[in-house]
Amino acid sequence: MVELKNRAGGMGEVAEVAGPYEVAPFGTALAELGKTMPHLVGVTADMGRYSDILPFRDAFPDRFFNVGMAEQDAIMVAAGLAKVGHVAFVATYSVFLTRRALDFMAIACAHSKADVKVMGGSPGLVNPYGGTHQALEDLAVMRMIPDVTVIDPCDATELKQVVKAAAETPGTFYIRNIRGKVPVTLDDSYRFEIGKSRVLREGTDVGIVSTGFMTARALEAADRAAEAGVSVGVLHVPTIKPFDTKGLLEFASRYPRLVTAENHLRAGGLGTLVVETLFDAAEARPVIRIGLRDRFHPCGSQDYLDRMFGLDTDSITEALVADRWDH
Amino acid sequence: MTDTTTRRSVAELTEIAHRLRRRMMRMAADKGEGYIAQGLGIADMLAAVYWSELRFDAERLDDPDRDRFLLSTGHYSIALYAVLAELGVLTDEETATYALNGSDLPMSAFDETPGVEITSGSLGHGLGQGVGMALGLRLKGSPATVYVELSDGELQEGSTWESAMAASSFGLDGLWALVDCNGIQADGPMVMDIESVAAKWSAFGWSVEEVNGNDMAEIVAAFAALRGKPGPKAIILRTTPGWGVPTIVARDRAHFVRVHEDEWTKLLAELEENHG
Repeated sequence: MVELKNRAGGMGEVAEVAGPYEVAPFGTALAELGKTMPHLVGVTADMGRYSDILPFRDAFPDRFFNVGMAEQDAIMVAAGLAKVGHVAFVATYSVFLTRRALDFMAIACAHSKADVKVMGGSPGLVNPYGGTHQALEDLAVMRMIPDVTVIDPCDATELKQVVKAAAETPGTFYIRNIRGKVPVTLDDSYRFEIGKSRVLREGTDVGIVSTGFMTARALEAADRAAEAGVSVGVLHVPTIKPFDTKGLLEFASRYPRLVTAENHLRAGGLGTLVVETLFDAAEARPVIRIGLRDRFHPCGSQDYLDRMFGLDTDSITEALVADRWDH
Repeated sequence: MTDTTTRRSVAELTEIAHRLRRRMMRMAADKGEGYIAQGLGIADMLAAVYWSELRFDAERLDDPDRDRFLLSTGHYSIALYAVLAELGVLTDEETATYALNGSDLPMSAFDETPGVEITSGSLGHGLGQGVGMALGLRLKGSPATVYVELSDGELQEGSTWESAMAASSFGLDGLWALVDCNGIQADGPMVMDIESVAAKWSAFGWSVEEVNGNDMAEIVAAFAALRGKPGPKAIILRTTPGWGVPTIVARDRAHFVRVHEDEWTKLLAELEENHG
């Protein structure tokens, strides 16, 4: 019997982790960048506290704008700021942006290639408040908008590098923002590059293609699979768009079977991209897609939801070693 | 260069508005249809803004300290193209392509067109971007002012009021809303009552003047009355769609005017006659 914490608290923080972590990597990185980029500004819609942008506000109060509970306005204001020469980071919950303010991200931002960097908080199954707060389809929605770069960082190390890359690269970005105590999985030598996947481990039997913090779990699952005699490679794909087609095909060519893992619906995100890419290149092979089903999810702590809906390390391990490849 | 540092007389501005109407009629005449009624309706306001208020050098469109005019109603693009042609930003050859396949002057405005500040057309997008621009310009210490045109129909969009709230809350001295109340929307006369317009803007913390938007003296007086007041400023312009061409005015207050090919010569003559 799995021990479950009977707690559904935590405003969109990832589950507590045993290993190393950093606090508020997004806001810390933004505040640091603000020192050398005087045109960097921050916008929130009454979610400063819960989006980790407060270190930036505290460092540069005159460059921070809280528009109240008005996500459409938050995006428009950011677009306006960008169009007079600023680089605007907007941070609130992903659901409120990708569902409520989509038209404004598409037209006021992306259509003009405006320097607006949207930080979508509480992505995927992270939020304990159920379907109203869980952005399960954000990657699918945002990658359908032309001229938007879409990124799902793995950990604190990568998130900080992504924030810097987005600040320094023109155009509209959608970045999944994990907040609070954010685990550190990747070591200091890791280098994020927009549009590039990274092979984190080589194997021979199965290749995992993963994005976001599912990569941390994929690495753990690969260890466990090795104990069971299955040799697993791991390809981390932080940039969902533009997708690293070449990187995927090179990796896939070395494995007879693939598993994809994402904190997102199984449809429309990484798993779909992988299958489309393999099929288009006539490199189709068995793929198990780990992700969420087409349903609204209940309230609950992240541990509980991960286990219940198959995003935990056990579920990935099972996919790697179990005999599920016949169908 | 357009010298807009000098304020122009009512008579001069009236003459400019007439030239804008003439340009719009020619653009629409070639196509037989268009959002001509709306364009004719706001010609007076556009003349007043561009030739007497905006500090703007048509030869330096990327000047970071230029005053900005945002057209929130993308389908009024015909009116903005007329302005840009009158300023010499667009050529007659270019305006002749209005709304044609492959034209750089689409029926709904895109910011790829020189002199067009925002891509509009999805309504309720203009004022919020104006708020962001005014905030950003103030932050940079720029003296530039932002004028946002929007329509009565856009007052039905919730995003407009999110933006109106923010403008006064942020105390944006450098932001103006020019609200074209022409009483029509896609499905006919206002399908959702949005009155009292002036009282709503006032309640949201804006300084407000309400004028006949086809009376140049009233428009000029409204700018003068509001200029220098703290916080955001709104002029509510009650306009008549098609103003200047009686046959278009009479045509069922149409959102999208279609005119038979043979009629355009008559309508152009009406415009000249009406101007006197």
